[in-house]
Amino acid sequence: MQLSREELLKAYRQMCLIRAFEDTVHEEFSAGNIPGFVHLYAGEEASGVGVCLHLTDKDCIASTHRGHGHCIAKGCDVGGMMKEIFGRADGLCGGKGGSMHIADLSKGMMGANGIVGGGPPLICGAALTAKTLKTGGVAIAFVGDGGSNQGTTAESLNLAKVWNLPAVFVFEDNGYAESTASSWSVAGDLVERGKAYGMPARRVDGFDFFEVWDAAREAIERARNGDGPSVLHVKLSRYYGHFEGDAMTYRAPGEIDAVKAQKDCIALFKRRVTEAGLLEPDQLAAIEDETAREVADALVDAKAAPPPGEAKLLTDVYVAY
Amino acid sequence: MAKKSYRQAIAEALRQEMERDARVIVMGEDVAGGMGAPGEDDAWGGPLGVTKGLMPIFGRDRVLDTPITESAFIGAAAGAAATGLRPVAELMFVDFFGVCFDQIFNQAAKFRYMFGGKAVTPLVVRTMYGAGFRAASQHSQCLYPVFTHIPGLKVVLPSSPYEAKGLLIQAIRDDDPVIFFEHKAMYDEEEEVPDEPYAIPFGEANLTREGDDVTIVAFGRMVGFANQVADKLAKDGISCTVVDPRTTSPLDSDTILECVEETGRLVVVDEAHPRCSMASDIAGLAAQHVFGALKAPIQMVTAPHAPVPFSPSLEDLYIPSPDKIEAAVRKTMAS
Ligand SMILES: Cc1ncc(C[n+]2csc(CCOP(=O)(O)OP(=O)(O)O)c2C)c(N)n1
Ligand SMILES: [Mg+2]
Repeated sequence: MQLSREELLKAYRQMCLIRAFEDTVHEEFSAGNIPGFVHLYAGEEASGVGVCLHLTDKDCIASTHRGHGHCIAKGCDVGGMMKEIFGRADGLCGGKGGSMHIADLSKGMMGANGIVGGGPPLICGAALTAKTLKTGGVAIAFVGDGGSNQGTTAESLNLAKVWNLPAVFVFEDNGYAESTASSWSVAGDLVERGKAYGMPARRVDGFDFFEVWDAAREAIERARNGDGPSVLHVKLSRYYGHFEGDAMTYRAPGEIDAVKAQKDCIALFKRRVTEAGLLEPDQLAAIEDETAREVADALVDAKAAPPPGEAKLLTDVYVAY
Repeated sequence: MAKKSYRQAIAEALRQEMERDARVIVMGEDVAGGMGAPGEDDAWGGPLGVTKGLMPIFGRDRVLDTPITESAFIGAAAGAAATGLRPVAELMFVDFFGVCFDQIFNQAAKFRYMFGGKAVTPLVVRTMYGAGFRAASQHSQCLYPVFTHIPGLKVVLPSSPYEAKGLLIQAIRDDDPVIFFEHKAMYDEEEEVPDEPYAIPFGEANLTREGDDVTIVAFGRMVGFANQVADKLAKDGISCTVVDPRTTSPLDSDTILECVEETGRLVVVDEAHPRCSMASDIAGLAAQHVFGALKAPIQMVTAPHAPVPFSPSLEDLYIPSPDKIEAAVRKTMAS
């Protein structure tokens, strides 16, 4: 299977959009302009984009606290996301959710999640809906290496298998859960865990967009064909702290710079497609400019947008006291 | 005696109790940090640095980092408590109780009674609560009324650094499961805290202000707000008693009711939602026992019955404020 030129352009566009978004949020947080807890996805773009490129709005994903990249990859509006992160009235959740809770159910984006391990059971439910109503949809749980250890995740793997659900569990292993190394916290091996539940499981180089895309294609096709759930163990790296403000003293000196220099997923993609003559450097440069501008505009709009007024405090509740 | 922050007071209590008793251990996610990682050890000391510095003193055998598996490690702490250790487990945010509540309320809380008095479970669960951090719906809840509802759990809400140290030492020495609620917006608050260890008994309310006109019963962070209001209103000739119950279970209802009888007016300030709250509980006790002494309807100042919103503009409206407390006091004085 090959990607079309349109798909390649879309993949590059989305990865660049996520990177520009996260770099901008990082700067704005550092400048004290963004309240709350913010977890950035920069460095991990190939995973979210490589998976979501196979999905349409009828397919669902559940994300984690590190949700901006998944949102963008699933088609959430970048302007609405930025406003949400700034707590504005016309943010994607009306300013009530913030970075950790961005959702757009109309796009099949079931939410970033403040609870580690909150997503996998929900994805079993979304997959059950797709199966019962025969929508042809699939449901994908993005889970961190830390989240892979939660009881909810283990229970969901088992349930997805025994109900033969159209689900895929994507373990994004960025090496750390907060300051704790996944090499310590994850006993055994995530591929072997998937296999132990009787499902196909594959290790994936998350720096390589093409490998992610291919592994996701296989797993999603299997789910769509009624052949049940799969596990992907995607190895990657996060460029910023666990949350914004984390000094990252637990990482090795030079660790992030080395990853950026040698295996940045966007740089690798660019090299691959230009060397193979699939896309022109000009086309890629245009996408870089365009996505940077889109994010810059989103930022200006978000800053100018009004916060929710007092009346909003007690809307979206069924009883107000 | 030196000024210490709420954070330092809690850390000092942990350190002194660990020094005193080798059975006291600390566990939780990144309570030291850096486990298996290439950089520094003790890299975190908890997300807000409360337990930083314990691991270098006591070692990884007594300061245990855990995977993100609250059911397993909170349950392990309960099991260890029932078999001879005195664990202090950190449930990072109380909102995460949903992941592990069975181990707390069906297991740890039940042992003593259900096993006919034969079990002793000296478990402490330290946990962060409260709004004001722009942390949104899943990292800002109060939830202490939920724990207070469960027989077999002791529930502690320290309202200042002094209180935090003495109550945590008591919690660690106590033989029952204790849920110790730390307000995340209070860690940098400072006051004089004795250097030596001291324990504040559970179930004994503290009167932080004494007055004749109105009794304000407040919990946790709300005690400080109530004190501010009492000081302000004193200048206007309204004199308030402020009661800090310290523990919601056991609850010192005697002291609360005595104060209400003396003043004849009651305002209850509770950062949790209004239904089945400490506010409604205290109001109910007063109506039941000292109805005849009441000169005015009881006032409840609480958060609304809604999740905590993210947007700062909404969150500021959500939290009970000194202004709202003052308005409630004035209202009860007017009727
Ligand atoms: C139930 C629960 N426990 C703990 C936390 C605190 N917490 C938030 S993110 C995180 C680390 C998650 O690590 P991982 O799953 O590897 O995701 P990553 O941050 O690396 O993307 C922790 C412990 C939480 N939000 N929910
Ligand atoms: Mg991780």
